[in-house]
Amino acid sequence: MTEAPKRKRLWLSTVMVVMLLGAACGQEAGDTPGGGTTATDEGDTIKVGLLHSLSGTMAISEVTVRDAELLAIEQINAKGGVLGKQIEPIEEDGASDWPTFAEKAQKLISVDNVAAVFGGWTSASRKAMLPVFEKNKALLWYPVQYEGLEQSPYIFYTGATTNQQIVPGLDYLKSQGKKKIFLVGSDYVFPRTANKEIKAYAEANDMQIVGEEYIPLGNQEVATLVNKVVAAQPDAIFNTLNGDTNTAFFKEYKTKGIAPETVPIVSVSVAEEEVRAIGPEFLAGHLVAWNYYQTTDTPENTAFVAAFKDKYGDDKVTSDPMEAGYVAVNLWAAAVEKAGTTEVEAVKEAAAGIEFDAPEGKVTIDGPTQHIYKTARIGLIGADGLITQISGSEGPIAPDPYLKSYDWAEGLS
Amino acid sequence: MGGGLTPWKRRAIFLAVGFVFIVVAPAALSTFRLALLGKYLCFAIIAVGIDLAWGYGGMLTIGQGLFFGLGGYSMGMFLKLQEAGPGNLPDFMTWSGVEALPAMWKPFSNPVVALTGAVLIPMTVAAALGALIFRRRVRGAYFAILTQALTLAFAILLVGQQGITGGTNGLTNVTTFMGYDLNDPINQRSLYVLIVLCLGAVYLLARQVVESRYGRVLMAVRDREDRVRFLGYNPTTIKIIAFSISAGMAGLAGALFVPVVGIISPALVGIVPSIEMVIWVALGGRGTLIGAVVGALLVNYAKTTLSEAYPSGWLYFQGLLFVVVMAFAPKGVAGLWKMYNERFRRPKSAASEPVGHGAEALDVPV
Repeated sequence: MTEAPKRKRLWLSTVMVVMLLGAACGQEAGDTPGGGTTATDEGDTIKVGLLHSLSGTMAISEVTVRDAELLAIEQINAKGGVLGKQIEPIEEDGASDWPTFAEKAQKLISVDNVAAVFGGWTSASRKAMLPVFEKNKALLWYPVQYEGLEQSPYIFYTGATTNQQIVPGLDYLKSQGKKKIFLVGSDYVFPRTANKEIKAYAEANDMQIVGEEYIPLGNQEVATLVNKVVAAQPDAIFNTLNGDTNTAFFKEYKTKGIAPETVPIVSVSVAEEEVRAIGPEFLAGHLVAWNYYQTTDTPENTAFVAAFKDKYGDDKVTSDPMEAGYVAVNLWAAAVEKAGTTEVEAVKEAAAGIEFDAPEGKVTIDGPTQHIYKTARIGLIGADGLITQISGSEGPIAPDPYLKSYDWAEGLS
Repeated sequence: MGGGLTPWKRRAIFLAVGFVFIVVAPAALSTFRLALLGKYLCFAIIAVGIDLAWGYGGMLTIGQGLFFGLGGYSMGMFLKLQEAGPGNLPDFMTWSGVEALPAMWKPFSNPVVALTGAVLIPMTVAAALGALIFRRRVRGAYFAILTQALTLAFAILLVGQQGITGGTNGLTNVTTFMGYDLNDPINQRSLYVLIVLCLGAVYLLARQVVESRYGRVLMAVRDREDRVRFLGYNPTTIKIIAFSISAGMAGLAGALFVPVVGIISPALVGIVPSIEMVIWVALGGRGTLIGAVVGALLVNYAKTTLSEAYPSGWLYFQGLLFVVVMAFAPKGVAGLWKMYNERFRRPKSAASEPVGHGAEALDVPV
C-alpha cells in the first residue's frame, strides 16, 4: 500500500471529528455544570422550544404543526413580541421515538432554558415527556386531540379532550339512528383508551359494539381487518387509526363497494392533511369529528388560512392540530403578557380564563384542568379534499378530561 | 489488542480512563449531559456483549434488543411497583383498564428477583435459544435473521399487551430507584458512577474471557467450526456460553438504562435499535472490545450532537458518517488505531509480527 491513501484516511477522519466538534460547539453555551432549570427573562429574546417529530413515521403530521407554531411566533414577533422581546424558537427532533422526546425535552429545559415547549402529537410522546416537565416544573403546550383521563399541572392541552370530540361524534351517530358500531384503531394508548370510553357510552345509550380491532402503528396489512368489519355488518365504523394504516384501510374499504352514506366511517385522527395524503377519492362521503376545519367560517380563520398559504405555499392545507398549535402559541403569549413574566408558576396562574379569538372561534383556558373550551364540529369529507361542517355544538364545550359529568363514564378513570 | 502495549501500560490506561469517567466527567458536565453520558455507557455495555458474540464468536446477533428489553422491563416493572406502593397498580394499568396485578408482575416486586432477573432472564433465554439454534448448526445469515425475527416478535408482543406491558408507551415516569429520588442530582451522579463501574467490570470480564483458553476455542469456532468439532470440542456449548454472556450484558445494560432515562418502551427493543447496536460495534471495530466501547460512545454522541445542531437534517449526516467510516476505515475506529500503530510507531521489521487472531480471521463471513 502506498503512502497517499493512508494520508487521505487520516485526513478524512480528522474532517469528521472536526465536523462533530463543530456541531457540538455553539450548542453548549448556557449548559453550565449543575444546569439552571428556571426560565429567565434575561437577554433580548424569549426562547421557546418546538419539539415535534421531524423524522420518522409521525413527521408528515407533526411538521405541519411545527409550521403553524412558527407562523404564530412570526406573527407575534411582527407585532413586537411578548413583554417587548422577540420570541426565539428552538427546534428539536422527537424522531417519532418516545424516549427521544423525553431526552430532547430535558435538553430544551436545562440547556436552552426555554420559557415553554410546544410539542408532541402521539399520546405516547406526551406520556414520555410528562415526567420531564413535572420534575423540572417547566411548561408543555400539547396541541393535539387525545384520549383524556390526564391532567398534569405542567401541561396545557389545546387539542380536544374526549368530551369535545369523541362524545359529540358518538352523539351524532346516535342522532342518525346508528346502532351497531365497529371500532378500529391503532394499537396504542389513545385508541385503546378512547375505545374503552366509547364502549361505556354505547352501553349507556343502547348502542351495540359489533367488533373491536387493533393494528400496530405503521402496519398496512388491513385486508383481514376490513373483511371482519364487512362481515360484522355495522351501521357505522368508529376509526381511531393513526398514520399510514389509514391509507391502506380506506383504500381497502373502498374496494368493498359499501357506500359511505350507508355505513360511514367516523375518523378522529384524519384531518385535511391526511385526506390530501390518502387521496380524497377514497374518503369522500365519510365523516370526521374535530373542532376546526379549513372551511370553518370565522374572520380569524380566513386570515389564518391566508397567512399560512402565504408563508408555506398555496397547495398547503390547514387542519385541526395545526390550528391547535397556532392557538397554543397565542395563548401562551397572552398568558405571559398578563403575568408580566415568563416564570412558570406565574404564567400558569395568569393563564386561567384567558380568551383568544382563534380560527375555530373563541377559546378560553379552563384554569383547573388546563384544557381549553372548544367547539365540537362533525364534518363531511368532500371530493375536493376539504371538510365541511354538517353538525356542531352550540358554542364552546367546557373541557371534562375525566368525563366527570357523564354518568356512563363512572369507573373509567 | 491495545496496540501491542505492555500489560502495565494497559492497566495504567484503563485506570486513567476510569479516572476520567468517574472523577473528571461528573465535575465537568451538567447533570443533563452526565445523564446522557450514562446512557451512552449503558449502550457501551451492550456493545461489549455484541463484540464477544460477533467479533469473537462469529455470531451476528441482531437480537440484542430482545435481551436489552428483558433486562429493562425487569427493572422497569420493579421500579413501577415500588413507586405504586404495595397493593396499588402502576399508573398505566389504571388507564388500560387492568384491575388486578397480573401474575407475571408479582415476582418483580422483590428487588432480588428483579435485579438478578434482569441479567439471568436474558441469559437463560439466550441459552435456551442457543441450544435450539446452534445444535441445528444454524449460523451466518440464518442466525442473524432468526434473532431479528425474535426481536420483532418480542416488540409486537409488548405493543399488543398494553395492560401488562404498557403497550407502545412502555413503562414511563420512573422517578425513584431503590427509594432514592432520581431527580436529585446527587443520586443521578451516584447512578452514573455505578454505570461506569459496571462497564468497567463488564469490560474486564469480557477481556478475561477472550484471553482465556475458552476464548481461543471460541475464536477457533468462529474461524473454522468444523475443525474445532473434529478436535473433540462441542461448538454448540462454546457458542451458547458466549451468546448467553452477551445476552446477560445486554440485560444488565437494560436494567441500568431504565433508572437513567426513566423509560423503557418497545421502541428501544425492536429491529431498528438492534441493528443500531451492531452498527456501534462495526464502526468501533469488532473483535477488539475497546472498539465496541468507543463505537457505542461515538455513534451515540454523534447522534445527540448532530440532532441538536441540525434538527431537520441530522439523519443525513449520521448516514454520511456511517458510510464514510465504513468506506475509509472498514475495520472501524480501532482499525484506524492499529493502522496508525503499524505505520508510525513500529520499526519496519515489526511488520512481520504474527497475525495471531488478527486481520483475515475477522473477515470470515458472518
